[in-house]
Amino acid sequence: MPALTVRSVVRKVLFYALVLAIVGFAVFPFYYAILSSLKTGSELFSVDYFPVKWNFGNYVGVFRDNPFATNLWNSLIVAVVTVAVSLFLGVTAAYALARIRFRGRGLLLMTILGVSMFPQIAVLSGMYQLIRALGLYNNLGALVLSYMIFTLPFTVWVLTTFMRELPKELEEAAILDGASPWVIVTRVFMPLMGPALVTTGLLAFIAAWNEFLFALTFTLTNEERTVPVGIALMSGASAHELPWGNIMAASVIVTLPLVLLVLIFQRRIVSGLTAGAVKG
Amino acid sequence: MTEEPADRLTRKRARTAWVFLAPMLVVLALVAAWPLLRTIWLGLTDANLLRLDQSKWIGLDNFTGKYGLLHDKVWWHAVKNTLWFTFLTVTIETTLGMVIALVLTKTFPGRALVRAAVLVPWAIPTVVSAKMWSWMLNDQFGIINHALLSLGVIDSPKAWTADPSLLMTSVVIVDVWKTTPFMALLILAALQMLPTECYEAARIDGVHPIKVFFKVTLPLIRPALMVAMIFRALDAIRIFDLIYVLTGTRESTMTMSIYARQQLIEFQQVGYGSAASTLLFFIVALLTVIYVVVGRVKLGGD
Amino acid sequence: MANPKPSADPSVCISLAGVGKHYGKTKVLEDINLEIKTDEFCVFVGPSGCGKSTLLRMIAGLESITSGDLFIDGKRMNEVEPSQRGIAMVFQSYALYPHMTVYDNMAFGLKLNKLPKTEADKRIREAARMLKIEPLLERLPKELSGGQRQRVAIGRAITRHAKIFLFDEPLSNLDAALRVSMRGELSRLRKQLQTTMVYVTHDQVEAMTMADRLVVLHAGHIEQVGSPLEVYHRPRTLFAAGFLGSPRMNFLRGEVASTSAAGVTIKLADGTTVDAKVSSDGVTVGQKVTVGVRPEHMRITTGTGPRQATVQLVEDLGDHSIMHLESAASEDRLLAKVESAPAGEGDKVTFELPPEECHVFDAGERALPRLDRGA
Repeated sequence: MPALTVRSVVRKVLFYALVLAIVGFAVFPFYYAILSSLKTGSELFSVDYFPVKWNFGNYVGVFRDNPFATNLWNSLIVAVVTVAVSLFLGVTAAYALARIRFRGRGLLLMTILGVSMFPQIAVLSGMYQLIRALGLYNNLGALVLSYMIFTLPFTVWVLTTFMRELPKELEEAAILDGASPWVIVTRVFMPLMGPALVTTGLLAFIAAWNEFLFALTFTLTNEERTVPVGIALMSGASAHELPWGNIMAASVIVTLPLVLLVLIFQRRIVSGLTAGAVKG
Repeated sequence: MTEEPADRLTRKRARTAWVFLAPMLVVLALVAAWPLLRTIWLGLTDANLLRLDQSKWIGLDNFTGKYGLLHDKVWWHAVKNTLWFTFLTVTIETTLGMVIALVLTKTFPGRALVRAAVLVPWAIPTVVSAKMWSWMLNDQFGIINHALLSLGVIDSPKAWTADPSLLMTSVVIVDVWKTTPFMALLILAALQMLPTECYEAARIDGVHPIKVFFKVTLPLIRPALMVAMIFRALDAIRIFDLIYVLTGTRESTMTMSIYARQQLIEFQQVGYGSAASTLLFFIVALLTVIYVVVGRVKLGGD
Repeated sequence: MANPKPSADPSVCISLAGVGKHYGKTKVLEDINLEIKTDEFCVFVGPSGCGKSTLLRMIAGLESITSGDLFIDGKRMNEVEPSQRGIAMVFQSYALYPHMTVYDNMAFGLKLNKLPKTEADKRIREAARMLKIEPLLERLPKELSGGQRQRVAIGRAITRHAKIFLFDEPLSNLDAALRVSMRGELSRLRKQLQTTMVYVTHDQVEAMTMADRLVVLHAGHIEQVGSPLEVYHRPRTLFAAGFLGSPRMNFLRGEVASTSAAGVTIKLADGTTVDAKVSSDGVTVGQKVTVGVRPEHMRITTGTGPRQATVQLVEDLGDHSIMHLESAASEDRLLAKVESAPAGEGDKVTFELPPEECHVFDAGERALPRLDRGA
């Protein structure tokens, strides 16, 4: 139906050029990081746009010269525990906020959301004292605890929104069956909330994995450091020479699984993110 | 009896609600409420990291005193940096995000792949992004300098992460790269909620697509756009990770968060640093209130 | 005004004394006084918004009672937990647990009450047999049709071995044909189970065919309580008269012309009079009343007579026809249900209002007592 005019062809070409530019812009840095990670020694001094040789020396070096394996392990533990605790606290709070009418409910929800606006630095000194008081300094527990400040608000928000949609009659049937609120939450609602739990779990995992400021401030020794801090502090032989090959290898190791996770669950993640922001 | 009988059923339900809320609230109080109040309190003392238990109350000295924040040139520089950074990133990211979102609304082969590709920058941890770009922006071996030199855009390698006049540019570029996907997704969600009849009517009327965009699309998504922009601005004002890893505590890109942390940890000025943190908090709080009000008013007004 | 606690009369299962419900200023139910007898099938019927579901849910314990008292088997139940009231409920949307098999759905409540597995299994299989859902026990709700889901919901209620069954519009979500067959099933079940049943519906056919007693509700009040035929033939209020019966009863406004021991004569809007066999106690001449005659009692002839009407429309339904008549006797159209219409559109007919089929309602919409059939 549309005539193959010069104008429409030019338009199509321009459009696809734009698409290519967007994709290139988005993906190039990561591609280049992979590229660089496969170069060692003096190869790094020359700039190449395409892989010339494949050398996995950096990947060995990353683990040899740095406590990177420890970092990865720490990050994993912290992220997993953070997700578990956030989901538990989030589900229980969501039940109250979504299914029970009580005075001050709306205000409470707004306040919880408001916490997500706190600048991390504003709670740093107070948090630092708390961590020391609890004896958690230089301990992964400090991280799990402090991460609650940004995982709880959106976890509670998303889970509350989701729980609101569950049919009232289902809850009533359970009440008539003699179910206590705890049974209702665990045996009736939670099995139906798979998607929401996955979404918030993923977002919490990514946020915890990514976090830098608290991890930097509350840990002292390499044994307790997480990946972001590990990578940021990777230093080379001299004070001014950074082991770029190792750093790029570390970057790729850390990023590849995350990118895969995000790509597989992109729909879930996108809906979780937009649920909060756009619908306000 | 004039008051409504708060029957046992409702009261019992309310009690259950508070029991279920308790664990989360306790943690939140511990992690958010208390530390914030503590920080505000510390800002009113001369606390020092090395002798925390000997802090003395000094009132608003950290703010208005002779050596207070209001007279600190570095602080004001940090404020200026933060605001300028926020302005630049929000406007650029919104514009680019809009372009990407519009592209993604059109159906074309490989659209799913493009959407996935666009998500990649967001998926990468901030610290890693900073390192990747540090490498690309390296003055000697960086690919950016190499490309620009070979294209003849510049005549000598630029010190992207060292030259004070270029630091802000570098930082903005990296943040734009990292956060535009997020904006694009938000805008895309808003665009997808629009009724298609408007477009069809405009097409039948033969209106030029650009005109359609400015006269139909833009006004319709304005509320969601405002919300997304303020959301983004609030994030930008608080920024720490990216800039710290990319440029450290260089004054030309120091943001309020970095300033506060430097005071707290490097200079051990816990009182002073807490005062700076408090100021930042109140700025963000003020903007959050505006966010809520604008969001509500927009939703109620149309 | 506190009602005295009723004695534990074994024939009364549920007793509502002065029960009311209000949210803030909105009154949903007011002054409900009702006794539901043991093993009775009692139907709450009324238009949407009349409060029938709320009343049912108050009996169940899912809504709180703001005023008055609820007694089950003589014991006050206002504060008792729903699961402790000895009731089972079937919901309109079936409310089956989507992630559990049919078997587990039926077992859930029993497990929570710590019933031994063998006993629970026995009850579940018994209920499944009764409802013919045995082959479905391992399926998930989403694999079942609407009718099958409804049976499972009923099965779940049966396994509780409760004394009282509550039904909240259980057939509303089914299509017409299925509704008819389920109605028959429920009646059959009812005979098998022999428990007290309280059934809420807005469908008068269900109400008429299934109920031992009807409770007609309107805007939060009870309009009338009685057996279906009683309410149909001797409605006590204008609303009850207009609610039951399809097509609806014809209402003609008039004025009392004269009274006698044999009845009341009313002058209609077209000047004609009609004699109604109703009691004239307290009736004054000139009083404004409404005369009600059901479409099936209207006598239509093509001859001449005092009451004239023009046929506007004839709806032929195969076994009977409905004639829409325009006349000076009433502002609204009059409907007549006849076996076959003696005239067609545009024709003039005469209609008769038999005195013994006339209902008369006063200005307060209350029916004047009938003189015949033992009033």
